[in-house]
Amino acid sequence: MSTATQQQREPKKVLVLGATSGIAEACVRLWAARGDSLFLVARNTDKLNAVAADGRVRGAAWVGTAAANLDDTAAHATLLAHAADSLGGIEVALLAFGVLGDSKDHSFAAAAAVLHTNLVAAASAVLWLADYFTARRAGTLAVLSSVAGDRGRKSNYVYGASKAGLSTLVDGLRNRIDREGVRVITIKPGPVRTAMTEGMKGSANFADVEKVAATIVAAIDRGDDVVYVPGIWRWIMAVVRAIPERVFKKMNL
Amino acid sequence: MPPGEESRTEHPAFESWGRYPVHQAVLKPLHWQGDFPAVLQGGNGGALAVGLGRSYGDVCLLDGGTLLPTTAMDRLLGFDAATGLLTAEAGITLAQILDFAVPRGWFLPVSPGTKYVTLGGAIANDIHGKNHHVAGTFGCHVPAFELVRSDGSRRICSAKENPELYAATIGGLGLTGVITWAQLRLKPIVSRGIDYEGIQFHGIDEFLDLTSKAQHLEYTVSWVDVTSTGKNFCRGIFMQGEHSQTPAPLTVSAKPKLVFPFDAPGFALNRASVSAFNALYFHKQIQPRVTALQDYEPFFYPLDAVLHWNRMYGRRGLLQFQYVIPWENAREGTVAVLQEVAKSGLASFLAVLKAFGDQPSPGMMSFPKPGITLALDFPIKPAKSFALFDRLAAMTLEFGGRLYPAKDARMTAAQFQAFYPQWQSFARYKDPALSSSFWKRVTGEGA
Repeated sequence: MSTATQQQREPKKVLVLGATSGIAEACVRLWAARGDSLFLVARNTDKLNAVAADGRVRGAAWVGTAAANLDDTAAHATLLAHAADSLGGIEVALLAFGVLGDSKDHSFAAAAAVLHTNLVAAASAVLWLADYFTARRAGTLAVLSSVAGDRGRKSNYVYGASKAGLSTLVDGLRNRIDREGVRVITIKPGPVRTAMTEGMKGSANFADVEKVAATIVAAIDRGDDVVYVPGIWRWIMAVVRAIPERVFKKMNL
Repeated sequence: MPPGEESRTEHPAFESWGRYPVHQAVLKPLHWQGDFPAVLQGGNGGALAVGLGRSYGDVCLLDGGTLLPTTAMDRLLGFDAATGLLTAEAGITLAQILDFAVPRGWFLPVSPGTKYVTLGGAIANDIHGKNHHVAGTFGCHVPAFELVRSDGSRRICSAKENPELYAATIGGLGLTGVITWAQLRLKPIVSRGIDYEGIQFHGIDEFLDLTSKAQHLEYTVSWVDVTSTGKNFCRGIFMQGEHSQTPAPLTVSAKPKLVFPFDAPGFALNRASVSAFNALYFHKQIQPRVTALQDYEPFFYPLDAVLHWNRMYGRRGLLQFQYVIPWENAREGTVAVLQEVAKSGLASFLAVLKAFGDQPSPGMMSFPKPGITLALDFPIKPAKSFALFDRLAAMTLEFGGRLYPAKDARMTAAQFQAFYPQWQSFARYKDPALSSSFWKRVTGEGA
C-alpha cells in the first residue's frame, strides 16, 4: 500500500462485527492506518478495548466500540442502529464473527450453537445491513464465510454447513441488491493462522493473516463478488468439488 | 546427552537463534493480555514467555516446560506524538515499532543488531546497541511496564512503583513474570539516513584511539578480523554514525525478500572460507576512511536482509560468545582473547568489538558495564569450539569480566554466579512458576 493511494482514497466509515477475530483485527489495522472511522463490536470488553486502542494509535479518524454477544439477535436492530448513528452512517460493513465449534462433538446441541452463531445470527445482521444499505442505495457489505462451506467434509461438516448456508444467503442477497447500488462480497478464506486455528494440524503452513487482510481490504475497495483468500483456494476448491462423492467419502478429508 | 546429530531426534517446536541446545517444550501462544493467569498456573514443567527466539543459547528455552510465544500480542496501546512515548503490548517487534514510528519521525532509542526481537525480549535481556556509550541499555528508555505473576497479580512497575520488580525484570530473562505491555521513549529523527564513516584500524591501540575520539558520536561499533595474526592481528573497521540532520522522506522499510533457503552443510564454514570472508570484508573498504549517507536498515540491521541467515551454520547451529571486560583489564584481556581465538584456528565471521559507556542500567542483572565488549560466533564443533569457548569463559572471569546470558549456551554455574554475584538477590523476585533452561543450568534449580 503506497502513501499515494492512502492520500487519494476518501476516508470510510466502517462497521466491524466480530472485531477481535484474527482476520477482522488485521483488517482494522489497515483501515486505521488509512485514517478511516471505525465502529467495532465484539463480546469481550478487554479484547475489544485493546483492538480499539491499537486502531486509534495507528491513525483511525475515530473508533467507537460496543461489547455485545451477537448471538442475541433480538438486540441486533438497536445495536446496529446505534453503530450507524455513532459513525454518522455506515459505508462499509465487515461481518467477521463466527465460531469453529468442536469437531469431535457430534451432538445436536453443539451443532445448533454453531449454526445459530454462524448462520442464524449472521443472517440477522446481514439482512438488517442489506435494508440499511438499500435504503441509501450505497454501501459495501462484506461477509466472512469459508472454503469449508464449499463441500461437506467429515472433519468439520457442521461448521461447513453453517458457512455453506451463509455463502448461499450472501450470494443470493448480492443478486437481489447489487443493482440497487449495494456491493455484497462473499469472502472465503482458506485456513489462516489465527487464534481460532491455533493448534490445528499443519497450522504452521496456514496463510499469513496480514496478507489475507490486505487481500480482503483490497477486494472491499474494488467491490468484488466472491473472493477466495489466498486466491489459490478458488482452484483448490474447484478440484475438491469435482471429486465424485463415492471417491470423496473414502478420502480422509 | 552428548551434543551433535544424535541428540536431534525430533524437530523442536521452538528453537533459539543459535539452534543449540535443542530442547523440547509445549507451545501455548498468548494472544491477549488477559490470557495469562490460567496458562501460568497449569503444568508442572514451568513456563516461560518467549518472543522471536533471537537470543542464541537457552535463555529462551525451557526443556520439558511450556513456552508462551507472545508475538500475537503486538498491539499499539498509546502514542504521544509530542513526546514520543509509545505504549505497546510486549510481543510487538522492533520491526513493527519502526514501521509505525519512522514515518511519524521517531526512532528506537536503542537498536540491537536485528529488528526481529520483541519489546518484551528486549527488556528481559536488557539489550544494547551501537549507542551504549551515550544512551545506555534498552531498559534505560523503558519508564514503565505491567507484569503478570503466576499468583494472578498484575503490577505496574516503574522506578517509583514496585521499583524492586522493575529493576529485577529489566535484564531479568523473563523470570520475574510475564510482561503484558511496556512503554518506550522513542527519539526524534528527520531522515532515515545515517551519516556514516568507516575507518580501517590496525591493532587494538588504534581501535582504542578511535573509540576515545568518537565519544561524542552517537553510534560506534567495530568489526574485527579474528582470523589474522602477525601484522594483521586485530585489524578491523571502526564504524561510526549519527542520524542525518538533513530532512528526507521518512518511508516505511520494504520487507526482506531473501531467505536463506536450506541448512548449509557442515563443511561450508571452515577456516579457509571464513578467512577469505574476513580478508574480503576488510578490503571491501579500499580506502582507509570512507564516508557515506547510509540508510538505517543496512547500518543497524545488515543481516536482517536475509531471513534465517542462521541456516548458514547448518543444522548443528552456532555458538555465540560475548564478554565485557572492565576498563582496567580491557586492553590486556581483549588482546589475550583475540590471540587465543587466532591460535585456536577456529574462525568467526562476525566478530564485533565495542566500548560500553558508563550510564548505569536500571536493571539488576543487566550485562553491560563500562569496558570493552567482544562478540564472536562459531559453528558448533563440540570438540573444538566448546573447548575454546570454555577457555575464553575462564579468561573472561580472570580479567574481571562477564558473559552475556542472551548469547550463552556454555557458561558453568560457578562462572555465572561469579559473573553475577547479585543473582541470589535477584532470585527473590523470580516467579516460582517461571524458569528457563538457562536458569536451571546456571543455578542448579530443579536438578
